Amino acid sequence: MTTAPTSTNQSVTLPVEPEPGRRKLSTAKAMQEVISQRMTRDESVFVIGEDVGPYGGIFSSTTGLIDQFGPERVMDTPISETAFIGLGIGAAVEGMRPVVELMFADFFGVCMDQIYNHMAKIHFESGGNVKVPMVLMMATGGGYSDGAQHSQCLWGTFAHLPGMKVVVPSNPYDAKGLMAAAIDSDDPVVFMFHKGIMGLGWMAKNSRAIGAVPEEEYVVPIGKSRVAREGTDVTIVTLSLSVHHSLDVAEKLEADGISVEVIDLRSLVPLDRDAIVRSVTKTGRLIVVDEDYQSFGLSGEVIAVVAEHDASLLTSVSRVCVPDVPIPYARELESTVLPTPARIEAAVREAVSR
Amino acid sequence: MTLSTTPELTEETRRSLLNTMVLIRTYEEAIRREYYADKMPAFDIGAGLVPGEMHLSAGQEPVAAGICAHLTADDALTATHRPHHVAIAKGVALRPMTAEIFGREDGFGHGRGGHMHLFDPSNHFSCSGIIAEGLPPALGQAFAFKRQGNNRVAVAVTGEGAANQGAFHESLNLSALWKLPVIFVVEDNDWGISVPRSESTSVTSNAVRAAAYGMPGVRVENNSVEAVYAAGGEAVARARSGGGPTLIEVHTLRLWGHFEGDAEGYRPELKSVPDHDPIPRYRDELLQAGWLSTEQFQAMQDRAVEQVEDAIQFAKASPAPNPSEHLNYVFSEGVNS
Ligand SMILES: Cc1ncc(C[n+]2csc(CCOP(=O)(O)OP(=O)(O)O)c2C)c(N)n1
Ligand SMILES: [Mg+2]
Repeated sequence: MTTAPTSTNQSVTLPVEPEPGRRKLSTAKAMQEVISQRMTRDESVFVIGEDVGPYGGIFSSTTGLIDQFGPERVMDTPISETAFIGLGIGAAVEGMRPVVELMFADFFGVCMDQIYNHMAKIHFESGGNVKVPMVLMMATGGGYSDGAQHSQCLWGTFAHLPGMKVVVPSNPYDAKGLMAAAIDSDDPVVFMFHKGIMGLGWMAKNSRAIGAVPEEEYVVPIGKSRVAREGTDVTIVTLSLSVHHSLDVAEKLEADGISVEVIDLRSLVPLDRDAIVRSVTKTGRLIVVDEDYQSFGLSGEVIAVVAEHDASLLTSVSRVCVPDVPIPYARELESTVLPTPARIEAAVREAVSR
Repeated sequence: MTLSTTPELTEETRRSLLNTMVLIRTYEEAIRREYYADKMPAFDIGAGLVPGEMHLSAGQEPVAAGICAHLTADDALTATHRPHHVAIAKGVALRPMTAEIFGREDGFGHGRGGHMHLFDPSNHFSCSGIIAEGLPPALGQAFAFKRQGNNRVAVAVTGEGAANQGAFHESLNLSALWKLPVIFVVEDNDWGISVPRSESTSVTSNAVRAAAYGMPGVRVENNSVEAVYAAGGEAVARARSGGGPTLIEVHTLRLWGHFEGDAEGYRPELKSVPDHDPIPRYRDELLQAGWLSTEQFQAMQDRAVEQVEDAIQFAKASPAPNPSEHLNYVFSEGVNS
């Protein structure tokens, strides 16, 4: 009798956030590399999802993996998200480490029960006796006119529901290290990559989507934010593609003598509350930039973190998010609702004028 | 070669089926031209007059023409992410449809929806980009028609890939249980993006799945417009007369990529695909049988080009939506949270 390969997880301790070195990769390549490295040394890791095989993932998260590992470990699925996400849960419960792709975050509607009532609750309901070490990765975000059902970020929705870690990298280095940590984690991790940070040849070019990445495996711990840029006048708390826009704005405003600190959250769950408070203690001004819908989500949560800690820290608070409207198709409308550099810059100027 | 024509049809019906197919193809070719026009030399999905994903229906015209020939504007149809062919065959007006695809103010959705979200209430036409999620609303339209005591029907079009989605199976059961006037049309183009049906589906025909839910199921081979027409006629008549739902699967052809820009590296038979183009095949059959003259065909094409280019000009001349109105239309009462 053969038994399903179970994880060799505990045997390797990976370096934590090593020097990036000089080798440059796109975010997509960094993700492919770390999944491949992990699959090479751990038989229990496998990849399933729609078009993850010969196509290599619609947003190139799995390119080349099927050539390396074959169709037994990199499997295209039917368009049956409930079935294959549930399959991931069951396999994880039995000791495997599935990496499951939901093609777009927007499609969670057809399979959310498996995600939030099962993947996220089994550990709790079992009193900690059943673990679900699974990664559910998915593409998020807009900016290329893909309309209201293919452009949403939705991380706030996942983060609102207890029991899953929610990881949102902004660059290749973090994507590799966070994916390693996600596969290592004994908890379910939702790994949300914005299409605009993947470095895809067929989308608008984005220089920050390509960056230095060490070749060896390493982890970026889940739950630790990063100061993407130090500053003293105003704190931008943000994540994902909006980190790129915020850094662009910060660089531009330096010439005007405005010093902007940019915090890249890297995960919503756990949320690095200390880092938010630390930065706002220094600057006194908080702007949350979030490509998710504005109300009832991350931006309000971040502001609440500071307010609960010490509301008097805040001389200015604002947010640059998607107003509560579905993402429109027409470019003129979409660019109005997204947190563009122009909107971020206006918010910074407004903040420092107070 | 076996003829794909059936004896009962009038010449006029045959020409009309071809005419619909020609109009659809002319439309898709023009959209394709406009889609790529300003994405050169480097393809950027978000650039140009027509940005975003673009799923075109070339090769699948027989399904649209054959089914919609039995429908009126009062019947409902829900379509997918690949909606243009059925929209055109259903009689959706080309001008506002095209303006929507161009993201303009005069589009059906004032530029909010785009190519996967075309809503023409006067034709009871809609579509959705989420796989199989157009089926349940078609049940509701059929339910309303039945309750209203008229003999209107609802058609739900979907791909073979979608037949593995829960919503598909739930919809089949509920529609059969409540004898709703629905026709499920499965377009089997062999592919769900890069996944061949043999690797997505446990049965060789989705028509057999109909039996599991207690409704008739038929499979039309050969992408034959006349066979689709025959199957559609029977199914629509059954639904109109209170006989409940039918499932029709058509083995059709995706002539182009899943979406524009798809290099189709996964598709081994790519080179021979154009040989199976249903339009020249049907045209030649009609010409050979003497049911169509070359002049008639030329006139069909000319008229199609005229209509399509008119729609494209209309779209280009329509203004972009006003950015200051970006919060409109979330609710009917003009409120925002
Ligand atoms: C619920 C859901 N899952 C996945 C997708 C992504 N997707 C869009 S089209 C498509 C393939 C659809 O195949 P099929 O139903 O055969 O239709 P076709 O594209 O061949 O016309 C997929 C997987 C989606 N839109 N919705
Ligand atoms: Mg298909």
